[in-house]
Amino acid sequence: MEYVSPEGLRLDGRRPMEMRQIRAEIGAVSKADGSAVFEMGNTKVIAAVYGPREVQNRSQQLSDQALVRCEYSMANFSTGDRMRKPKGDRRSIEISLVIRQTMEECILTHLMPRSQIDIYVQVLQADGGTRSACINAATLALADAGIPMRDLVTSCSAGYLNSTPLLDLNYVEDSAGGPDITVGILPKLDKVTLLQMDSKLPIDILENVMQLATEGCKAIANYIREILLENTKELEYRRGS
Amino acid sequence: MLHNKSFVKKTKGGKVMKQVREHYLRDDIYCGTPSCTVCDSSGARLSDSASTILVVDTNVVLNQIDLLENSAIDDVVVLSIVLEEVKNKNMSVYNRLRAICSNSNRKFFVFSNEYHRDTYVKEMSGETKNDRNDRAIRVAAQWYQKHLGGAVKVLLVTNDKENKRKASEEGICAETVESYVKSLDRPDLLDLLVRPSSEDAEMEDVEDHRPSKRKVIYSEHKPMSEITSGLHRGIYHQGKLRVNRYNPFEAYVGSESIGDEIIIYGRSNMNRAFDGDIVAVELLPEDQWQGEKSLSIVGEEDEDEDEDVHLAPNSADDAPRTTPQQGSTGVTNAGSSRPSGRIVGIIKRNWHSYCGSLEPMPMPGGSRGVAYALFVSKDRRFPKIRIQTRQLENLLDKRIMVSVDSWDRQSRYPSGHYVRTIGEIGDRDTESEVVLIENDINSRPFSAQVLACLPPLPWSVSSEDLSIPFRQDLRHLRVFSVDPPGCKDIDDALHCYALPNGNFEVGVHIADVTNFVFPGTPLDDEASQRGTSVYLVERRIDMLPKPLTEDVCSLRSDVERLAFSVIWEMTPEADIISTRYTKSVIKSAAALSYVEAQARMDDSRLMDPVTTDLRNMNSLAKKMRLRRIERGALTLASAEVKFQIDTETHDPLDIGMYQIREANQMVEEFMLAANVSVAQQILKSFPLCSLLRRHPTPTKEMLEPLLRVSAAIGLNLDVSSSKALADSLDLAVGGDPYFNKLIRILATRCMSQAVYFCSGDLSPPEYHHYGLATPLYTHFTSPIRRYADVIVHRLLAASIGISKLPSVFQDRLQLTSIADNLNYRHRNAQMAGRASVELHTLIYFRKRPTDTEARIVKIRSNGFFVFVPKYGIEGPVYLTTRAEKGSGEWYVDEQEQKIKKMDGSLSYSILQTVQIHMEVVEPQPNRPKLQLTLI
Ligand SMILES: [Zn+2]
Repeated sequence: MEYVSPEGLRLDGRRPMEMRQIRAEIGAVSKADGSAVFEMGNTKVIAAVYGPREVQNRSQQLSDQALVRCEYSMANFSTGDRMRKPKGDRRSIEISLVIRQTMEECILTHLMPRSQIDIYVQVLQADGGTRSACINAATLALADAGIPMRDLVTSCSAGYLNSTPLLDLNYVEDSAGGPDITVGILPKLDKVTLLQMDSKLPIDILENVMQLATEGCKAIANYIREILLENTKELEYRRGS
Repeated sequence: MLHNKSFVKKTKGGKVMKQVREHYLRDDIYCGTPSCTVCDSSGARLSDSASTILVVDTNVVLNQIDLLENSAIDDVVVLSIVLEEVKNKNMSVYNRLRAICSNSNRKFFVFSNEYHRDTYVKEMSGETKNDRNDRAIRVAAQWYQKHLGGAVKVLLVTNDKENKRKASEEGICAETVESYVKSLDRPDLLDLLVRPSSEDAEMEDVEDHRPSKRKVIYSEHKPMSEITSGLHRGIYHQGKLRVNRYNPFEAYVGSESIGDEIIIYGRSNMNRAFDGDIVAVELLPEDQWQGEKSLSIVGEEDEDEDEDVHLAPNSADDAPRTTPQQGSTGVTNAGSSRPSGRIVGIIKRNWHSYCGSLEPMPMPGGSRGVAYALFVSKDRRFPKIRIQTRQLENLLDKRIMVSVDSWDRQSRYPSGHYVRTIGEIGDRDTESEVVLIENDINSRPFSAQVLACLPPLPWSVSSEDLSIPFRQDLRHLRVFSVDPPGCKDIDDALHCYALPNGNFEVGVHIADVTNFVFPGTPLDDEASQRGTSVYLVERRIDMLPKPLTEDVCSLRSDVERLAFSVIWEMTPEADIISTRYTKSVIKSAAALSYVEAQARMDDSRLMDPVTTDLRNMNSLAKKMRLRRIERGALTLASAEVKFQIDTETHDPLDIGMYQIREANQMVEEFMLAANVSVAQQILKSFPLCSLLRRHPTPTKEMLEPLLRVSAAIGLNLDVSSSKALADSLDLAVGGDPYFNKLIRILATRCMSQAVYFCSGDLSPPEYHHYGLATPLYTHFTSPIRRYADVIVHRLLAASIGISKLPSVFQDRLQLTSIADNLNYRHRNAQMAGRASVELHTLIYFRKRPTDTEARIVKIRSNGFFVFVPKYGIEGPVYLTTRAEKGSGEWYVDEQEQKIKKMDGSLSYSILQTVQIHMEVVEPQPNRPKLQLTLI
């Protein structure tokens, strides 16, 4: 199968190093302390954050830092086939864990001991790269909730098909069965906090693909900063009026 | 700009699902003309001064790819929608089109119209996909015209009437292929056009002079739906058709559904199928299974197919298939009740271009016009093909290539069109090229990308090479090589030292090719595709570029070279005590020829170190060889021919059998041992992804011809195991010295050839190499000229921990396909080598009619086949002329394998020596052939 034409175009018309169109919106769930919708192409994710608040289950309370919990789910309509996925299947648990660990890494949990932060992410539409979209949405929602963070954490995937490193795989490319990696970074600190890969890649190629994914993360970080800035300006404006 | 394409798709479960795909439209897709002021011209492919630019429609690409491949057609814009449609309809045409587009000598430009913001068209409601795509093509053509302005004419070439009409309405210049080619005033290009089938009626008279008018010759092909349901219900069987190379009226379909080969006899049962087609077969009623045997060997109806003189076969794969004849040797006819069938439909065609020549015919009056001619493929597996041409006069004495277009029920032969001329028939260069084309051998020069992978030249061992910890410095060893005279690609060298404990250290040093050929590089891909070097009589087609083959890798004498070494400690009885493998640096002390090495060993006055080494090695090799033979390894024999070639004219000066000396056997013995050691080592490390070589045990059926001969001459052969066979071959001593060799030659040609395979695909008992009587074998010793050895070098390096295994070894499917390709290339290289020898034999005897001795190897109803030991050829000798065929003067005694005259005055028996006369005759102009007659 040809995923990159000799003219250098992917099946959806992108070039190998191009990301899909990204879009973000803050404050979609008014009840939550912070929330955001994040889209990467046709992948659309909503995230809501509650907290910091009192720990619900006292036995889980941590005396020196905040407890971060994460729940990931996929809307039944998200993939188009009306398959019912049981809540708490293995994949969901794994992704919940990945998101929690990634977010924990950037939240300044020691500033909020004996409290609890809940992150809910739901995939509304899936077209590849859901993991990254979830992390990006969660970052925005946390920022919206005003939770102190070390840095923004952003994520992007990249793969390797037809001997070409490809940025931000969509569903068709993702299901090609080639190697793909998901990278999460703290852009200001220039630190990688997440690296997931589900097949083998020779080390020199891995470096290239990872480099590409990291570039993607940086671009997303710039975009998220813009959105946050815009949002703050809007808030200032509202307050001012 | 972003578009969401939504469409409905059926899922595997049969549910219908709406799919939404993103589709990005761009503004950075350029027009491909170098002079364009708007576009970025760095990727431009069209010519600067083009006055006309062609936009081709999908149907033109699909039908006229031969025309597009001709360099007269240039400045063509290929739209991405056209590529997509072609890809969906015909992958092979797609690949050819892609090859033209990427050829830097051609001016074909791919315009990604589907992603260009101005040329993307959305499907309108009620519009079919086809109509939408036609519209997309027109929109793109219009865009080009507007974009390039009046200076350049944009011409849409389409054979779709509707599309052409709409184009004209929309103000686009449009023409059919025919009218465009006519406007070029190049009559030879017209030959390349595929005829629409409506012209068939006119061509009828050429193929058939009898008064029959459009009579139906073949039965109808069943529609695909019926075939599918028939396959499903088990009344039809699917498989690939393989036509007997020596008898085109007999073909086989290997069917998985009945687990056996189905035999198809005759053109009418073959029902227009070609060799390589995927076909659906219906079994004939069982009582018809034997009925059509009489058709075999010579001729069907008016098609006279002569048996030609060939090089004697070296294995069962070269020899004509022998269908066991009923009642022969008194055995039951269990072997002959093989299922026969007829073809009811063709699931996938395997048509391509064929090499051959036109059947000689008188020039029609008014030679300027269109003539119809029959094309005869050089490969006899393919039927004659009728073509029309405007250059008959030019083509009659040429080797040409022809493509097939169609084959309808009323035509005895398929129709096709001329593709190109190779050269004059009989000309050595032309015929050599035919040999290469027929065997799918790539003899093109290496591309710039491939050559870019070479190390900087001149190359020499650097201090860096020496400082690599795993590379051992063996330059102090007295290493030497023994090869055929004039060998430039020296793969292997040897050393042999006496150790203080009385044992010997023996080393086999193989060129370290993988130090220069890295996985995944263009150089590696090219070598993998070529698979092997090809040796023709007068030239060599290398697997690796010449600097590597003849210099950098070649273990030449007196220069330092990198090697991969296998080093044993052996007892004086040639038992291996230990084996180690290492990359090394060596400096060969001498590059000997077999003759020189032999002469040194034989000359008792010589006591120099190299000669002593040779003698030590030879004595070890003899012991190893003896032990191998005791295990049951077969000493097989083949008749290898050697030409002496005139260095000026490249014509053969002398011809004779290749003489095998002890020195050859000595080198061979150590190579075998190295290959076996390496096979054990890599399999131990990589049980699932090693590349090994196996030689299947011949079946009883395969040995049948040998047994029939031995029974007739009263020789008792035990074929129950390779050991038993080897022993009884040793005992087969007849009245004359050549008898034993002859029996061995006959035995050898009953065996199939050894093949490469991936160890994960078979179970260990199947790894067995019958001929060498070893449970494991591989190829390690010739990486300069065989790609299998390159793979094995990588496996060995990984197994001793000095490099990691390339990623391809994790993909078993890919590994299997590499092994398949190597087998295919290997086979083709051998066939090409043989064809080249046949060609030179013909050239040699053209001026030298010869009388010689021959042995009868096969009895036929009208004569027999003889083997000519001196020249290694085999061919028919007729006792009756064709005209008196079946006059009943002669009869065959199957039991005794004799052909006898009715009146008892004369008889010839199998293996008998006869005197024959060899001469090149030309029964038809420009069709020389070697003829054998009794003196
Ligand atoms: Zn332009």
